[in-house]
Amino acid sequence: MADETLLSARGLCLRFGAVDALADVDADLWPGEVLAVVGESGSGKSTLLNVLSGRAAPDAGVVWYRDPAGALRDVHAMPQPALRALHRSDWGFVHQNPRDNLRMSVSAGGNVGERLMAQGARHYGDIRAGAIDWLRQVEIDPARIDDMPRHFSGGMLQRLQIARTLVTHPRLVFMDEPTGGLDVSVQARLLDLIRGLVARLNIAAVLVTHDLAVARLLAHRIMVMQRGRVVESGLTDQVLDDPRHPYTQLLVSSVLQA
Amino acid sequence: MDGIEGYNFAYLDEQTKRMIRRAILKAVAIPGHQVPFGSREMPLPYGWGTGGIQVTAAVLGPDDTLKVIDQGADDTTNAVSIRRFFSRTAGVSTTTHTAEATVIQTRHRIPERTLREGQIIVYQVPQPEPLWKLEPSRAETTRMHALAEYGLMHVRLYEDITRFGHVAISYDYPVMVNGRYLMSPSPIPAFDNPKMHRMPALQLFGAGREKRIYAIPPHTEVRSLDFEDHPFRATRAPHVCGLCGADDSYLDEVVTDDRGGRLFVCSDTDHCETRRAAGHGGVNALAAE
Repeated sequence: MADETLLSARGLCLRFGAVDALADVDADLWPGEVLAVVGESGSGKSTLLNVLSGRAAPDAGVVWYRDPAGALRDVHAMPQPALRALHRSDWGFVHQNPRDNLRMSVSAGGNVGERLMAQGARHYGDIRAGAIDWLRQVEIDPARIDDMPRHFSGGMLQRLQIARTLVTHPRLVFMDEPTGGLDVSVQARLLDLIRGLVARLNIAAVLVTHDLAVARLLAHRIMVMQRGRVVESGLTDQVLDDPRHPYTQLLVSSVLQA
Repeated sequence: MDGIEGYNFAYLDEQTKRMIRRAILKAVAIPGHQVPFGSREMPLPYGWGTGGIQVTAAVLGPDDTLKVIDQGADDTTNAVSIRRFFSRTAGVSTTTHTAEATVIQTRHRIPERTLREGQIIVYQVPQPEPLWKLEPSRAETTRMHALAEYGLMHVRLYEDITRFGHVAISYDYPVMVNGRYLMSPSPIPAFDNPKMHRMPALQLFGAGREKRIYAIPPHTEVRSLDFEDHPFRATRAPHVCGLCGADDSYLDEVVTDDRGGRLFVCSDTDHCETRRAAGHGGVNALAAE
């Protein structure tokens, strides 16, 4: 693992009225690493994801991102065009509900190709070849490239969203409950797919989930949040096998054993 | 000749014309950029050319000669009433000959005859925003224009090629102006798009209901969007004009009887008449006499 972080946050604070959504949160992410953020609903997981990705501004604190050239950029001080360009190319965002990200009236191929076209790809054949390649990588039959997403199942939609996000080879992907709302067997297949892609393409990811099993399977490191604070963080197996903070102990012990 | 009593020259008052001219100047300075302006109520309904008529009123001078066309024709309702409106309120001379006009207001066509320097062509625009069917939020499209993020329009072209094998946009075909702004050329046929490229005349666009003015200064680069392996192609009906025999003009299809009879004629009436006066004829020329 490189000794330079890809993304670092220091002292993030954000209040919604009287509620501390984020209270003095630090986070570090190294290239190729998957960091899981776990905690119950309302603990500030999704807010943290939005602040890290520049989609919401913190009241205090700073987020540093190391761009491909190696220069450190303050995400919240970046001009809007640069941040949007980053979101289209070097970063990806996988939503819990794929319908939030996909264009439902555009064919699967068009959905995958959109980010390529936004980056300036102007060769129809190449865009289509790229889309077919990515449909294969997410285990969607390439024969369905011209089908509308509304004819896809929930699991396929989520895989399509992943193809659409990864087509530009981002170095960093933000995932918000990527397996939420899917049944268990579909979840397992999707997790397997994400784990394979992330390892093979050396993608760093920040993964927000309330499901400790998902974190266990995908993440190298884990951060446990409660009421906007990070109460415990460390290697995934270490935290989940030997939780120290009472809240983490409660979380771990409340998982049903099948 | 003067206009009618009680009205200012060319209907609009001078302050309004100044406001419109300021918008036009700004539009010319930023080719393809939509400039908001305070669109006025005009004595004709929205959708009949209220934007074009305000732009024309603002640029018209007493020495100008005005031509108004609707779908290429000088003799359709919209063209006749707007032409009469300006001959009454401004007293300017009018013409149907493209070569003689200094200001041409148009709906849905660019004349076949190449325009020259010193002429102004005013387009009537129903919807100035080229992205409106793709992105519903006006705030978002403004941001997309500001950041030149036009990948979305190519998604539309991609979908067309995927579904139909070619780009199936036959009118209002989106263009890039001066390599910077995505622009709606108003609902002219895609056949006319190449005429906008480096046109020597000044092109002004007015959208009355949407309250936007935009412009292309003379000799500006105007490119129709396409893919490298699916280049833009101007299409026309594969026929010759039945009246003048032209094989390179844009044709209207006219149903002539209830037994499947049809006639293809130039949509540009001035072009067709000029050719017939010069001795050209088509297979239906005698029947039409």
